[in-house]
Amino acid sequence: MSDTASQQVLTTQDGKPLKQALASALRREKLRALLLIAPLLIFVLLTFAAPIADMLFRSVENGIVEDTLPKTVDALQAWDPQSGQSPGEAVFAALYDDMVVAVENKTHTRLGSRLNYEKTGISSLFRKTGRRVGKMDAAEPLKAQFIKADDKWDEVETWATLKLFSPRITPAYFLAAGDAQLTPDGIKMKPADEQIYLFLFWRTLFLSVVITLCCLLLGYPIAFLLAALPLRTSNILMILVLLPFWTSLLVRTSAWKVLLQQQGVINDFLVWTGFVSDADRLVMINNQTGTIIAMTHILLPFMILPLYSVMKTISPSYVRAAKSLGANDWIAFWRVYFPQSVPGIGAGAVLVFILAIGYYITPELVGGTSGIFISNRIAYHISSSLNWGLGAALGALLLIAVMILFVVYDKIVGIDNVKLG
Amino acid sequence: MANTRGAAVRYESVQKSYDGVSLVVKNLNLDIPPGEFLTMLGPSGSGKTTCLMMLAGFEPATHGEIFLNDRPINNVPPHKRGIGMVFQNYALFPHMTVAENLAFPLQVRNIGKAEQEEKVKRALEMVELGAFGNRRPAQLSGGQQQRVAVARALVFDPELVLMDEPLGALDKQLREQMQYEIKHIHENLGVTVVYVTHDQTEALTMSDRVAVFNDGVIQQLSSPDVLYEDPQNSFVAQFIGENNKLSGKVVDIQGKECLVELDDGTRLKADKVNVSAIGDRTTISLRPERVEFDTTDSMDNLIKGRIEELIYLGDHIRVRMNVAGNDEFIAKVRNRGEKRQLSVGDTVPIGWSLNDCKALDPVA
Repeated sequence: MSDTASQQVLTTQDGKPLKQALASALRREKLRALLLIAPLLIFVLLTFAAPIADMLFRSVENGIVEDTLPKTVDALQAWDPQSGQSPGEAVFAALYDDMVVAVENKTHTRLGSRLNYEKTGISSLFRKTGRRVGKMDAAEPLKAQFIKADDKWDEVETWATLKLFSPRITPAYFLAAGDAQLTPDGIKMKPADEQIYLFLFWRTLFLSVVITLCCLLLGYPIAFLLAALPLRTSNILMILVLLPFWTSLLVRTSAWKVLLQQQGVINDFLVWTGFVSDADRLVMINNQTGTIIAMTHILLPFMILPLYSVMKTISPSYVRAAKSLGANDWIAFWRVYFPQSVPGIGAGAVLVFILAIGYYITPELVGGTSGIFISNRIAYHISSSLNWGLGAALGALLLIAVMILFVVYDKIVGIDNVKLG
Repeated sequence: MANTRGAAVRYESVQKSYDGVSLVVKNLNLDIPPGEFLTMLGPSGSGKTTCLMMLAGFEPATHGEIFLNDRPINNVPPHKRGIGMVFQNYALFPHMTVAENLAFPLQVRNIGKAEQEEKVKRALEMVELGAFGNRRPAQLSGGQQQRVAVARALVFDPELVLMDEPLGALDKQLREQMQYEIKHIHENLGVTVVYVTHDQTEALTMSDRVAVFNDGVIQQLSSPDVLYEDPQNSFVAQFIGENNKLSGKVVDIQGKECLVELDDGTRLKADKVNVSAIGDRTTISLRPERVEFDTTDSMDNLIKGRIEELIYLGDHIRVRMNVAGNDEFIAKVRNRGEKRQLSVGDTVPIGWSLNDCKALDPVA
């Protein structure tokens, strides 16, 4: 290892460099440790790290234009959108060559739908041109034939869009995720009625904070009780806390549907007792209220358990000491017990908040339109609209947001103060 | 106790049960005069800590009444009792500095800032920790934390201070040093101290009076020397100091004296303490250091014993002997420097005075 020319190298008895001897002595151990974690490491790399990296890369990846129309992209280099005229014959000749290949491989429609995200109408343009390109005569001037097939080919804007999105890396998805778009005239916000993501991000953050606070408010007294009761009683209570935790997520969410809907148990009870009239039953599901209630219930154990594990370590003698020193119950709690439970609050809040901000199933089932999260939109782009680039960009933004919040949290509370058990 | 400003405490037929089945404290009557240092001594589970907790207000008495300065306090919550307390593991608030810990009882009493600082400073100087006000408890050593705990319990000038095994977590040397310090603080301030421990040396060194607890009952309440010299029953004799047990039967009683026949037929004269009639089973208690090897004929008891083992301990030599069929008999020989001719296997005469030999209740 250390094959240095230095004369001062320490050696073993038989003259081997000491470092080398040490390394070879430890090699077996290191190798064994590596072998032990290898299955999990490979599993995680293949099924978790690699797909995530791949998806994140898709948020900026834009090779499709150059891959489908390589010659056209090359020919467009010379064209200036500022000229106000559509490109000349050479570009159309290149387009013809590319389209013939693309039509043969049926890739032109995919390119069409990709570019349609940026400018509506391009999808149909490529579809239509794809059908005509076989009948075109390569010997005749091609520009006229393309324009005859669809006069959009004569528009500068079509070509400007094509040129704008020809690089292999694009910020377009991230801009779209921030309700902006890249136009030939620079970056612009989308029209107000098309803006959706910034609002969704805001709502996701806001609802996650509300849910975290609800969990804290409900969980703190329970955790306190769990830590204070004698072991046998607290074990029973602990099972009651964990039972829902072990029950299927879908079952619990559906149960809330049964309880909260307008013809559901709670409304029926309120109507029966006369608190609300039959005509104006409360709307508690398929909106934000439903999301907050159901998610608070589902995430509650994640608040209670870290709180409990911290409170368990707070010796009852502290509160006793405070009382013996003259503090009443409230002061003893607030000045002595509460400050010592803060690490638990920190851990629980971080856990619940991070889980909440990326939650998908529950908002999907009980959120309606006003209670859905950004993750529902990501799922929509991944599985329905198939705009994976945008989905990936939204996901990346969510990840970045969480990381920023985490750093801020570390600055304020200090991550060393967080105890999970 | 010249400058007494302590409080008087009285337990009146106090009983305590946790489960409604058995009594942890059985009919406790105890009168603690102002300024006394009283130690509750006993093995774990003897009810001593429960008695302390009832006085502090953390456990309600099941029956009976506790008086503080002749005022019943059963219905007074702990924070209104004004009793200082030092806990087993000090219970210093870890999120506050030492000074904040000390200021806490003053803050909750709405004492002015200037006076707070003054009192905190005085309390810290009393325990010689003047420079440590800004440290956190975790940055202090065990002995220093202990002193802070004592200072915190005294800073608001309580008339009564309770200490629940405060020296249990310290090493031996520090413990001895702290015993003297606490003792001196008590002497200087004149507060009443109720101290709980299971360590008999601690109890003997520090206390004015010691209450020996066992099985929820005070076995004996007296000053340390009486406790050691005149134990009232076998439990006290065994619990306080080292003790040889010889079991036998009372064969004759004459006033304060009685004659006991041991199981092997040896007859010993003993001080009649806890036997009532001829024929009673009894256990004789004898301190190892009262066994004399330089016997004279005028001694009350003279007997022979075989030396089984010699253990050299520096200032004295422990001699394990077989006496009257009991081979756990221990005698202590002071190390005077001259060569004492003791060797294992020898049978030597030993003797002791009747007053050192107590006939107590029998133990199995």
